[in-house]
Amino acid sequence: MFDISSLTHFVFGRLSLESLPYHEPILVATFAAVMLGGAALVAGLTYFKLWGYLWTEWLTSVDHKRIGIMYMILGLVMLLRGFADAVMMRIQQAIAFNGSEGYLPAHHYDQVFTAHGVIMIFFVAMPLVTGLMNYVVPLQIGARDVSFPFLNNFSFWMTVGGAVLVMMSLFIGEFARTGWLAYPPLSGLEASPDVGVDYYIWALQVAGVGTTLSGINLICTIVKMRAPGMTMMKMPVFTWTSLCTNVLIVASFPILTAVLVLLSLDRYVGTHFFTNDMGGNPMMYVNLIWIWGHPEVYILILPCFGIFSEVTSTFSGKKLFGYTSMVYATVVITILSYLVWLHHFFTMGSGASVNSFFGITTMIISIPTGAKIFNWLFTMYRGRIRFELPMMWTIAFMLTFVIGGMTGVLLAVPPADFVLHNSLFLIAHFHNVIIGGVLFGLFAGIAYWWPKAFGFKLNVFWGKLSFWFWVVGFYAAFMPLYVLGLMGVTRRLRVFEDPSLQIWFVIAAIGAALIAAGIGCFLIQIAYSVWKREELREVTGDPWDGRTLEWATSSPPPGYNFAFTPVIHDNDAWWDMKKRGYKRPLEGFRPIHMPSNTGTGVILAGISVAFGFAMIWHIWWLAALSFLGLLAVAIGHTFNYNRDFHIPVDDVIRTESERTRQLSGQVQA
Amino acid sequence: MTTTVNTLRSGDAPDFYVRDEVAHEGGSTALGFWIYLMSDCLIFAVLFATYGVLSTSYAAGPTPKELFDLPLVAVNTSMLLLSSITYGFAMLAMERGRTGQTQAWLAITGLFGLAFLGIELTEFAHMIHEGAGPWRSAFLSSFFTLVGTHGLHVTFGTVWLVTLMVQVARRGLIPANRRRLMCLSMFWHFLDVIWIGVFTYVYLMGVLR
Repeated sequence: MFDISSLTHFVFGRLSLESLPYHEPILVATFAAVMLGGAALVAGLTYFKLWGYLWTEWLTSVDHKRIGIMYMILGLVMLLRGFADAVMMRIQQAIAFNGSEGYLPAHHYDQVFTAHGVIMIFFVAMPLVTGLMNYVVPLQIGARDVSFPFLNNFSFWMTVGGAVLVMMSLFIGEFARTGWLAYPPLSGLEASPDVGVDYYIWALQVAGVGTTLSGINLICTIVKMRAPGMTMMKMPVFTWTSLCTNVLIVASFPILTAVLVLLSLDRYVGTHFFTNDMGGNPMMYVNLIWIWGHPEVYILILPCFGIFSEVTSTFSGKKLFGYTSMVYATVVITILSYLVWLHHFFTMGSGASVNSFFGITTMIISIPTGAKIFNWLFTMYRGRIRFELPMMWTIAFMLTFVIGGMTGVLLAVPPADFVLHNSLFLIAHFHNVIIGGVLFGLFAGIAYWWPKAFGFKLNVFWGKLSFWFWVVGFYAAFMPLYVLGLMGVTRRLRVFEDPSLQIWFVIAAIGAALIAAGIGCFLIQIAYSVWKREELREVTGDPWDGRTLEWATSSPPPGYNFAFTPVIHDNDAWWDMKKRGYKRPLEGFRPIHMPSNTGTGVILAGISVAFGFAMIWHIWWLAALSFLGLLAVAIGHTFNYNRDFHIPVDDVIRTESERTRQLSGQVQA
Repeated sequence: MTTTVNTLRSGDAPDFYVRDEVAHEGGSTALGFWIYLMSDCLIFAVLFATYGVLSTSYAAGPTPKELFDLPLVAVNTSMLLLSSITYGFAMLAMERGRTGQTQAWLAITGLFGLAFLGIELTEFAHMIHEGAGPWRSAFLSSFFTLVGTHGLHVTFGTVWLVTLMVQVARRGLIPANRRRLMCLSMFWHFLDVIWIGVFTYVYLMGVLR
């Protein structure tokens, strides 16, 4: 009558003690380290009685600035995880020669390269880009917050939820062994019956909800919340590229959502979308996922183009050269990014005409991108260039990205692609543009806006050290991969037969070590700057002699950003204000209408993680329960009509006179 | 020094700020919801495209001609179209500020929605019973997914509709509730438009083929 095994199966689904990887020493050690670190963090927060502060001021905050900072923290934490995966791969490939199997078994190695790709794109690059947009865009357009502040908080926590699921897979069960896009039939039920692909699916679905909603939110913010006078063609370039990026997000992430739903149906219900039998069509998956995947890479790079534009213009002390062409180039890239997806699989066999079409559209993208490079160069031309950290990253970007762009155009030639497809040449190419473009851009952005966010500058010495380690490390790590790719080495290999290849992999591993030093210096730079923050203090709110509106307010800006909404007369609004004798208003302040904090976002994301976990492990009762919980909390939230409050005028006066005091102190000093 | 320059020039300086709050309320919601609908539309676009690719992959199983019961689908379609009309009446009543009338039309809309879902589920149950479930062939996988996703949207719309009726009953037609009713209205008509695509592309063309 009573069967214990069917009961445990009902309660725990597929989950059992065997799912815990206690027989893998690397994972056990990592787990111990994470647990120790986590325990130390919890103990620290408890000891300093910070839980309440954390909850009311940060976790439940709907302030776009705080959410932006939390996105940045998430991205940097996940960077460490993703980079640990990269180092493991580099070591494996450097030693798996002459009959050695290396130190990673195939089962583990395959998870490592999948996790590396997924984490770096979805949980490092995306949060960092979204974090900067969140922080900077409302300030640049003179707004108090985004259009939907609660939604913003919810989006962030959903992104965290996805990251939590990926991290869970490290210690409970396993991650996908399919490569970062999980092509079927390899990701189908037959070839991957375990939980790995399910972790992949649910992590991306949970995070994807957040990304799509945050895209909608930022589009509305930019379209509807601009300060008076800021017409579209007076928007700062970073805001423009953010707008285009968010349009791309909203127009591409639903496709990812849909295609992952179809894959889940194949795995959970037994449908035949991408199976080899019963009429299924695996190539359809490849088409659909790249219709999302190609715009995705422009989602990452466009905001960075915006950062470089702001930085170049500020540190050259000049108006950006060719503002209008910059805007149109961005828009053209936005549109073209939808017409090139097939270049990711020229070898599929679509025929010469289709391949030529997509080859040519791909090459055309290099025209607006080239225009941008020339615009930045002409901005620098005869400018008074200040080689501060953001500018150094920008110059490194211009040199590196041009190389990556050229190898990209090379890959866009279908016959060449037939030789180089899936080779290390491709790996070198996209790391060349993602590290040299996106990552360098993010570092430029962090160094540029850090004083705005925290009120003190970053230490220059450690920053320069990090810069040089990164740049040299990048070239050492990836130039050998170009060579190996041209020699015909394919990606994702674990062991090698030909001993003559080893030297290149050893050089690449040394490059990874240099990058590790770069990351280390970056962390030291942050810690050291926080320690020495009084010496690095910056009270003007405008440390770089900036040109756009975010520099018009204090550093860090007050919760309401601007006591009075600014009026814009020129592209470089703040420059214009400084030039034409703007005087900061000192009286007549009024109460300011602001949205209230809410814990609903955290709760919804927490339940979503439980739902994803239940689906992954086939714990159906928990899945049903958490789904109902999601509905109940979401509906319950709509019954709360009191979502805003007014900052009392006394508080505004106090904040503003504090700033007046700081500014006058500056003049006397 | 700088201060002197500022004072000298301040006469010619234009206004650099406004003291009154700049109103952004409300307008963003309509735009935001529109953009959400367009993103949802892309999900349907993927499902339509998938159906387009797989619609003849019968795997030696049943074909649309053998499966689809057009008169039943016609009745179903009219349920959904009528629900759109009655939602329109609800919005007209809302414009005139008549709470009771709005609620009545919303209730009728909900009933039409439930009738639509009931007929659709009957159709699905019938097909599965005949051995034509979503696992039978790629054609049926894509059919059930496309039509089922639409049905799922109608289900959520109905839950939302009930929620809004409770909220209107509690607080009346306050601006926040009007805004919500307008969003649901866009959602409901959007589902109607999608259904017209489903009816034409899946059912009519399926039987013609």
